[in-house]
Amino acid sequence: MRFLDFEQPIAELEAKIEELRHVGVDAELNISEEIGRLESKSINLTEQIFSKLNSWQISQLARHPLRPYTLDYIDQIFTDFEELHGDRAFADDAAIVGGVARLDGLPVMVIGQQKGRDTKEKVKRNFGMPRPEGYRKALRLMQMAERFKLPIFTFIDTPGAYPGIDAEERGQSEAIARNLFVMSDLKTPIICTVIGEGGSGGALAIGVGDRILMLQYSTYSVISPEGCASILWKSADKAPDAAEALGLTSKRLKELGLIDRIIQEPRGGAHRNLESMALSIKGALIEELAKLQSMKLDALLKARYQRLMSHGKFLDRK
Amino acid sequence: MSWFEKLMPSRIRTEGGNKKSIPEGLWSKCDGCGAVLYRAELERSMEVCPKCSHHHRIGARRRLDIFLDPAGREEIGASLEPQDILKFRDSKKYRDRIVQAQKDTGEKDALIAMRGTLKGMPITAVAFEFKFMGGSMGSVVGERFVRAANISLEQRIPLVCFSASGGARMQEALFSLMQMSKTSAVLARLSKAGVPYISVLTDPTMGGVSASFAMLGDLNVGEPKALIGFAGPRVIEQTVRETLPEGFQRSEFLVEHGAIDIIVDRREMRDRLGSVLAILSHKSVQ
Repeated sequence: MRFLDFEQPIAELEAKIEELRHVGVDAELNISEEIGRLESKSINLTEQIFSKLNSWQISQLARHPLRPYTLDYIDQIFTDFEELHGDRAFADDAAIVGGVARLDGLPVMVIGQQKGRDTKEKVKRNFGMPRPEGYRKALRLMQMAERFKLPIFTFIDTPGAYPGIDAEERGQSEAIARNLFVMSDLKTPIICTVIGEGGSGGALAIGVGDRILMLQYSTYSVISPEGCASILWKSADKAPDAAEALGLTSKRLKELGLIDRIIQEPRGGAHRNLESMALSIKGALIEELAKLQSMKLDALLKARYQRLMSHGKFLDRK
Repeated sequence: MSWFEKLMPSRIRTEGGNKKSIPEGLWSKCDGCGAVLYRAELERSMEVCPKCSHHHRIGARRRLDIFLDPAGREEIGASLEPQDILKFRDSKKYRDRIVQAQKDTGEKDALIAMRGTLKGMPITAVAFEFKFMGGSMGSVVGERFVRAANISLEQRIPLVCFSASGGARMQEALFSLMQMSKTSAVLARLSKAGVPYISVLTDPTMGGVSASFAMLGDLNVGEPKALIGFAGPRVIEQTVRETLPEGFQRSEFLVEHGAIDIIVDRREMRDRLGSVLAILSHKSVQ
């Protein structure tokens, strides 16, 4: 287990418990009672700390090194997943994964950004930052889903679209724009779930749909707190202030009406209990899909369009 | 400088450093070649340097003014004003930044939308005011764009957009991001209805604007040497730790890489877009 700065009190307690367990093996003393007491104390402490996390702490949780990634969830939630590769034009981008699968027996399409766990995989997955071919692969799979009447589930987890020379050369802007354009009118239900970092246009490029869900400690923002801080405050150190100002948490975005549903995370965050997290997500996806499938396609598309048009807050001084 | 030299601006080449010595109003220095130009002449050539063809940035009103026919213009969404819904505050309050930008530009927000005619053809046209918070896209920009597009959709008349923007407006946080999907969605309808949409990308068109409606034209048109891209050059340089190739993210680079159709000189914009739109609409040009 790895702990973040604000979890230090929990880490200390856990270390103590671990120490006692070792002592317990060779000592005759019955210390299980003491361990039990400390464990419940640790649970209380975790709950206490997690009940009042600020936006910056949540931003750190959203990119926790142990946080489950798209493939971890696919493995737990879906069956018969067959990963499909490539944009049919240039390459296969490992920062986006996708393929056909079954959800509770139902044929579906799954697409998501994928980060790497160890250094080698991180490089392979480009830290979850897709290039144009990644978005074009996603588009190809989404259009395939439309043809075969498969509902689409997307999992959003990216710091952003890759800001690289090659990405610009191959039309990063167009690739993102095209996905927004097509997804707005794609004739199949789309459910998007932010599982970690929802980084700007790179996230939105697979984030247009009929339902937008967020895991409790995920974030969704127009710019990273660091990026925002360095532009507006002229110092990346002000990232915690930027995180607060950007209102990038699930709670805030739900209040603002920009997302539909928050999926609660297990105590201490998704990485503390993947199985339980996956089960909650699965339940939410099945529920939301049932609602969408009860709608006629015309009504579904009309509602999706109206939702897109409703975005924005302004004054009209007519 | 003698009065005689002043009358012959074409011969004058300032070697730099004395930018501030040029009196404001009468003379203007070209940002491209450094030539000192007679202000009125520069205005006549639509802020394009008559010597080196450098395209200087121009404001939204001017842009629409030189593009549309003089008669029968009508502004769209003029009653819309930005709102600081998040009470966003960095080193300054967003509310104060809005007030300042409004004072500086005389505009309520960074996009101006109009219905008018181009060579007699009814069209809607929108243009960015880059001086309004870097032409950043917030809720008003998105809404005005959509309203113009809706008029195009209802009346089946072409839409032309002149972009000049740094991208999304951070102070409107996720609302600004959502303008990308909002504007792209209305363009999907326009496209389905067979109504032409021409996107003109001018210097600079970056970020969320570039990654939404600016790249979705039936025609994507660039002004010469305009900076166009998703990520800013500095961000890319910091990420890849390489020097960027010559001409990277300029219009000419984008044509070469297949992202935009043509580069059009501002002085020919009316004629060439008019001609293309007439072809797409099966009309003859006036």
